[in-house]
Amino acid sequence: MGVSDEREIKIKTVGLKKSFGDLEVLKEISVDVKEGEVVVVIGPSGSGKSTFLRCLNRLEEASGGKIIVDGCDITARKVDLNKVRENIGMVFQHFNLFNNLNVMENMTLAPVQLKKCSQAEAKNRAYEMLEKVGLSEKSAAYPSQLSGGQKQRVAIARALCMQPRIMLFDEPTSALDPEMVGEVLAVMKELASEGMTMVIVTHEMGFAREVADRVIFMDGGYIIEEGTPDELLSNPKEERTKSFLDKVL
Amino acid sequence: MVRIIGTYGGMLVQAMGRTLLLALLGLFFACIIGLLFGILSVVKNRICNVVSQIFVDVIRGVPMIVLAFFVYFGIPYLFNTIIGGFNMTLSALQAGTACLALNCGAYMSEIIRAGIQSVDAGQMEAARSLGLSYSTSMRKVVLPQAIRTMIPSIINQFIITLKDTSILSVIGFPELVNTAKNVQANTFMAFQTWAIVGIMYLIVITILSRTAKLVERRLNVGRQ
Repeated sequence: MGVSDEREIKIKTVGLKKSFGDLEVLKEISVDVKEGEVVVVIGPSGSGKSTFLRCLNRLEEASGGKIIVDGCDITARKVDLNKVRENIGMVFQHFNLFNNLNVMENMTLAPVQLKKCSQAEAKNRAYEMLEKVGLSEKSAAYPSQLSGGQKQRVAIARALCMQPRIMLFDEPTSALDPEMVGEVLAVMKELASEGMTMVIVTHEMGFAREVADRVIFMDGGYIIEEGTPDELLSNPKEERTKSFLDKVL
Repeated sequence: MVRIIGTYGGMLVQAMGRTLLLALLGLFFACIIGLLFGILSVVKNRICNVVSQIFVDVIRGVPMIVLAFFVYFGIPYLFNTIIGGFNMTLSALQAGTACLALNCGAYMSEIIRAGIQSVDAGQMEAARSLGLSYSTSMRKVVLPQAIRTMIPSIINQFIITLKDTSILSVIGFPELVNTAKNVQANTFMAFQTWAIVGIMYLIVITILSRTAKLVERRLNVGRQ
């Protein structure tokens, strides 16, 4: 797919490793993600794909290797982690909306606390984002009053309120009832079409085929294969990729 | 009984006032101690965790009456006689407050630890992923949710602490039990005296727990 090489590299991992005790979850992962690129990571459970994603904003500390975001090595000791995270939005499988705050407060908490803007500006942007995800009438609702799909859309809008340059999605539709998957994917699709740099861990192969610029297949802590959705999903070269796709497609 | 109330009623009510004062002072400092050690026990730092655990184990492992004697008699003796050169005196109120604060604080710290740990870890992760610091995430997201689950246990601990003030009669603080002992000594009417004292505790604690129930219900509004 027409990924031009002049585009700036937004995320680069070099020999990224992660172990939990004796268990090596990631073994030398090296990946480049270019600006505006949508990269979908697939693989069986336990393959390390979520861990990989969580290393990218250091929710997990890498055990080795480098992670370079926007040209800055975020594994460096003196890096201001909170500043780095302001630019990397993250969406979780279980939404993780703040249960003690309503939708509007969920969305304005970080921008106001971090003095990115005034309360009024934060509210305006929050309304804008809510409109974008189709939930402008829910600004006063509490998370417990929303459906799963609505929660996830608010979670995406909340991340966007920080105006991040990169968005990470950790199985954003896995905890949803089937009829709510579509509404969340639609929001993500729109985001992709606007040129957001996205790394998405998902099991939605149809979505990967439609939206991804590149698909990465991981297994056992290694990247087994990567390529355009057509190459990887329709004509996988590796045996392991084939057997995984046979099971899920 | 009427004669006791007539003659000593005012005195007993005043003593109840001192009981409440002692309990309130103790609880105030217990909240600070509890929050401090509660947070020390959940931060990602082995040394903090161990310090907090030792504090809780020591206080929990010593009866409060021993703690009271230790603080009231032991600490001034340590400074004035063993180390020497000090002229320290602790009032019964100071020692009593310290005692209650330490004792109740240790239990509060366990309540606070359990409350914080009951909040899904995803809440902290989501807050941190937005760029909020650990302390802001704790203050704005985790603690408000933790406090809701802690409230019944905290109220329970408050009531226990209020009753524990009676133990401090042994160091001579003129709270209700200490005063009642004098009434009994003057009147020899043990049954009537202690029945009155019991009823006084019962009334105050019932009012307290009813109010607490109300507050709890109020806080649960808007929560599913």
